[in-house]
Amino acid sequence: MSVATARRRLALTRFANSFRHDQSGMTGVVILAIFIATAILAPILIPDAALDVTKADGGRFEGPSLSYPLGTDESGRSVLLLLAWGTRISLTVGIAATIISMVLGTAFGIAAGHFRGVGSHALVGVTDWFLVIPFLPLAIVLATVLGPSTTNLIIVIGITSWAGTARLIRAQTLSIEGRPYLERSKALGAGNWYQMSRHVLPNVFPLVLANTTLTVAIVILSETTLSFLGLGDPQAPSWGALLDRAFSSGAVSRGAWWYVLPPGICVVLVVLAFTLVGRAMERIVDPRRAS
Amino acid sequence: MTLLQFRDLWVDYSSSAGNVPAVRGVTLDVAAGETLGIAGESGCGKTTLASAVLRLLPENAQVRGEVLLDGVDTLTMKWGRLRAVRWSQAAIVFQGALHALNPVQRIGDQIAEPIRLHQTVPDKQIGARVGELLTQVGLPASRAKSYPHQLSGGQRQRVMIAMALACKPALIIADEPTTALDVMVQAQVLDLLTGLVRDLGTGPDRGMGMILISHDLGVLGTTCDRIAVMYAGQIIESGPALEIFDNPKHPYTRALAAAFPRIGDPAARYAPTGLPGDPPYPGDLPTGCAFHPRCPIAAPACKLGAPALIEVAPHRTAACYKVDQ
Amino acid sequence: MIISAHDLSVCFAGRVRAVDGVDLDIPAGEILALVGESGCGKTTLARTLLGLEKPTSGTVSFEGKPLAYSTKALKKYRSQVQLILQDPLGALNPRHTVYDAVAEGLRVQRTPGDETALVADALSRAGLRPPERFFMRFPHELSGGQRQRVVIAGALVLNPRVLIADEPVSSLDASVRGEILNLLLSLREELGLTVLVVTHDLGLAWNIADRVAVMYLGRIVESGPTAEVLTDPQHPYTRALLSVVPDISRTEPIVLTGEAPDPARIPSGCRFHPRCPEVMEQCSSTPLPILIPSRGHAAACLRAQ
Ligand SMILES: Nc1ncnc2c1ncn2[C@@H]1O[C@H](COP(=O)(O)OP(=O)(O)OP(=O)(O)O)[C@@H](O)[C@H]1O
Ligand SMILES: Nc1ncnc2c1ncn2[C@@H]1O[C@H](COP(=O)(O)OP(=O)(O)OP(=O)(O)O)[C@@H](O)[C@H]1O
Ligand code: SF4
Ligand SMILES: [Mg+2]
Ligand SMILES: [Mg+2]
Repeated sequence: MSVATARRRLALTRFANSFRHDQSGMTGVVILAIFIATAILAPILIPDAALDVTKADGGRFEGPSLSYPLGTDESGRSVLLLLAWGTRISLTVGIAATIISMVLGTAFGIAAGHFRGVGSHALVGVTDWFLVIPFLPLAIVLATVLGPSTTNLIIVIGITSWAGTARLIRAQTLSIEGRPYLERSKALGAGNWYQMSRHVLPNVFPLVLANTTLTVAIVILSETTLSFLGLGDPQAPSWGALLDRAFSSGAVSRGAWWYVLPPGICVVLVVLAFTLVGRAMERIVDPRRAS
Repeated sequence: MTLLQFRDLWVDYSSSAGNVPAVRGVTLDVAAGETLGIAGESGCGKTTLASAVLRLLPENAQVRGEVLLDGVDTLTMKWGRLRAVRWSQAAIVFQGALHALNPVQRIGDQIAEPIRLHQTVPDKQIGARVGELLTQVGLPASRAKSYPHQLSGGQRQRVMIAMALACKPALIIADEPTTALDVMVQAQVLDLLTGLVRDLGTGPDRGMGMILISHDLGVLGTTCDRIAVMYAGQIIESGPALEIFDNPKHPYTRALAAAFPRIGDPAARYAPTGLPGDPPYPGDLPTGCAFHPRCPIAAPACKLGAPALIEVAPHRTAACYKVDQ
Repeated sequence: MIISAHDLSVCFAGRVRAVDGVDLDIPAGEILALVGESGCGKTTLARTLLGLEKPTSGTVSFEGKPLAYSTKALKKYRSQVQLILQDPLGALNPRHTVYDAVAEGLRVQRTPGDETALVADALSRAGLRPPERFFMRFPHELSGGQRQRVVIAGALVLNPRVLIADEPVSSLDASVRGEILNLLLSLREELGLTVLVVTHDLGLAWNIADRVAVMYLGRIVESGPTAEVLTDPQHPYTRALLSVVPDISRTEPIVLTGEAPDPARIPSGCRFHPRCPEVMEQCSSTPLPILIPSRGHAAACLRAQ
C-alpha cells in the first residue's frame, strides 16, 4: 500500500507545516529539545566523579563561580551537573509514567464508551473513583507499600493519573459510537474488538496524542512532588529529589538560592513547554478546524 | 410590480483550491404575489444565489452584478439600511433549518427576537404577535413555551417559517424547506407556504412573493407559478411551472422531471431514469455547455461553445443548442 | 421464503412499541418496498431483520430457520444479509480508504481468497470502474453517488443473498438516484439478490419494487403487488400517502392532520382511526388482526374487509 503510506506522509507534512507556523508550539519544542539533549548527553558530558560525594572537590554551599556556575550543594558537588543528571531521571520517569497513563486511560475510555450495560457502569465507576480520590494520599500509600525505586515511582504515577484521560476518551468514543459506520461494521459481522481497534481507536487517536503532552506535564509535577516528599529512589537524584535534599540540608536557611531555585525553574519550564506543545497540537487536530 | 431582480449576478468563492465560480451570470425576476421555484442539484449554486439577496454570503465570496429589491440594489446598500431590510422586506428560511433553532431557548422567544430587533410592534404586544404567528403556521399559540426538541421535524420547520414571517416581509426565500421531511409532512408544509402567499398576498398595498428552492421538480411543479432550473451556476431553463414540468425543453430538465416517476406510469416500472456521471464541481467546469459530459443528446458543437439562454417559446427560455425554437 | 418475520414486536424503554406485530415473508429474488411516514418503525423493523436489534417478542427466520442470537451465529448470518444505510458519507469511516471500506467485510468474516481481486470485483459490480482508480480515495473525495456505490460494494463483497437498504437514495441528487436504483435492479437480475428497500418515497417503490408493504405505527396496514397497491389502494392511509406525492396530475391531496402518531400511545381499534378521513363508528373499538402475509393484495381496514 505505497499510496496509503504516501498519503499518510502527506498528512504528516501538513501537520508539521501547521505546527511550524504556531509560535507558542515552536517555543515549547525548542525548550524541550534543549532538555532532551541534556538528558541524552548527561552520561557522556558528566564525569562519574562529579556526582560522587566522596570525590567532590568543591566547598559546602559555595556560591556561583566560574568553576561552579550554579554553586555547590551540601557535599560540595556542582549543582549544575546534578541538575543536568536530574533532567535525565525526571524526563524518563515523566515519559514512562505518561505512557502507562495513556495506555490505561485510552483502554478504559474506549471500553467504557463502547460497551453498554453493567460492564460500562463498572468501568465508569472505577474511573470516577480514581478521579475523585485525592492523588497525594493514594500515591503516598502506594509508594510506601511498593518501596522507593524509580520503577515503582513510574508505576505509582501511571496508575494514579489515567482517569482524566479515560473520561475524555470515553466522551469522544460515545460521539463516534453514534456514527453510522459503526452500524455498518456491525452489520458486516464485526465483533467488539474489531470495532474498537479499527474504527474507534483511529478516530480518538489525535485526541490521545494531544492529551499526552498535557499529561506529561502533570506527571512531571507529580514526580517532583513525590520525590520531594522522599518517596523516590535516593540513588537517582531527580529534580524533585534535589529539591528534597536542598530543603533537608538547610539550604534555605543558609540563603543558598542557587541550590533551591534551579530545580524548581526547570520543572516549571518543562511543564510549560509540554503544555505549549500540547495546546498547539490540540489546535491543529481540532475536529472543528478539519474540513 | 417587480419585487426582486437579479441582474447578471456572479458570485465567486476564493478557496485554497482556487477560484470557485458558484453563480455565473444569473438574471431573474420575481413579481409581487408570485412564487418562483429554483430547481437544481447539490452544489449548483441555489443557496449562494439566495444568500446574495441579503448579502449573507461568507467573507470569501466576491459578488458582481445587481440584486434589486424593490428597485434598490442590496449589494451597495449601507449597513444600517441593509439591516432594516433583512427580515422586514425579505426573509430567508435557511436550508437545514431543523438544526438552526437554539436548543435551549423556548421557540416563542426565538420568534420574538426579530420582532424585538426591528421594533415592529410595542414590547407589550410581542407575546400576542408570537401567538398570532404560530397560529398562522398552524401551531397552537401555547406551543410558544416549547423547546425545539419537543417538536417534530415538520413542526420545527413551521417555527422557522413563523420566524421568517415575523416582520411581515414582502419576500420569503425558502431554501429546501421540505428536504428532510417525509411526504405527508412535506405536503403539510407546502400547503402552508402556498396558503401564506395566497392569503398574505391579497393585501391592498402589496403582495407577498416567494422563492422556493428544491431539487424535486415535482414539488416545485405543484406549488410554484414559475420555475428556473439551475445547472453549474447558470439558469439553463425557465418558464411557467406546469409547462416546465409537463414539457421540459432542456435535456437536463427532462432528466430531473423523469427522476421522480409518475406513479401509475407503466413506462417507469422497472425503469428508473437518471443521468450518468455526477454534477460538475464549479471550480473545475467542463468546456462549452457545462452539461455536455452527461447530456444524452450532446452534439460535437456542445463541447466547444456555451449555448446562451434564449427564448424558445412564449415566456420560456432554455440554454441548449438542440432545442428548436 | 428467504427471510420472514412472525408476530414481531420491538419495544424501547418498555412503552415505545416501535414495531408492534409484523408478519412478513420475502421470497428469494424479490424486491420488496417497505413504505410509511417518518417514525412508523421502518428502520427498527429493518434492523431487527438484520439481527441488530433483538425482538421483544416474535421471531425472524432466515431460510425457514429462526435466527439464533449467539455471537457466532449472528456473524455467519451477516455474511448472508447485508445492510445499506441512508447517509453514505456517515456510513464510511472518514479515515478509511475506499479499499479498506470494501475489504472490511472480508476481514471481519475472514473470507479466504485474493482480497484485492475480490474488492476490485465488488467495486466494478457496483459500477465503479476501473476499480483500481478508487482504491486509495477517501470518502470525502467522492461524490454522493460514488459513496453510495462504495457502500453497496462493501455489502456485495461478501456475496450476500439479501440486501436491506434503508432509504438508499434519499440523500442523493435527483439525477444520481436513477443510477443507484438501476444498480439495485441489475443486481437482482444478475445475482438473484433479494432486496428490502425501506423508504418514504412511493415513486421509488413504483420504480423498482415487485411488492409493497405499507407500514403505519409499527404495523403493516396494506401489502400486495406494487402495481395493485399503488394504483388501487385499499387502505385510507395508503390513499392519503399516494395523494400527497407531488405530481400535477394528481387528485385532490388528502393532507392528514392531527397529532403525529406516537408509538408510546397506540390507539385502540384500528390504529389509524384518529387521523382517518373515512373513519366509521366501529373503527375505534373493533380490533384488527395482524395482516397475514399472502401473495395477494390485502389491507387491514374495516372498509376493505
Ligand atoms: N464558503 C464557500 N467557499 C468555497 N466554496 C463554496 C462556499 N460555499 C459554497 N461553495 C461552493 O459553491 C457551490 C455552490 O454552493 P451552494 O451552497 O450555493 O449550492 P446549492 O445549490 O445550495 O447546493 P445544495 O443543494 O447542496 O444546498 C458548491 O460547489 C460549493 O462547494
Ligand atoms: N433506540 C430507541 N429508543 C427509543 N425509541 C426509539 C429508538 N429507536 C427508535 N425509536 C422510536 O421508535 C419509533 C420508530 O423509529 P424508526 O427509526 O424505526 O422509524 P422510521 O420509520 O425509520 O422513521 P424515519 O423515516 O424517520 O427514519 C420512533 O418513534 C422512534 O422515536
Ligand atoms: S447544449 Fe448540447 S450539451 Fe448542452 S444540453 Fe443541449 S444538447 Fe446537451
Ligand atoms: Mg443549498
Ligand atoms: Mg428510518
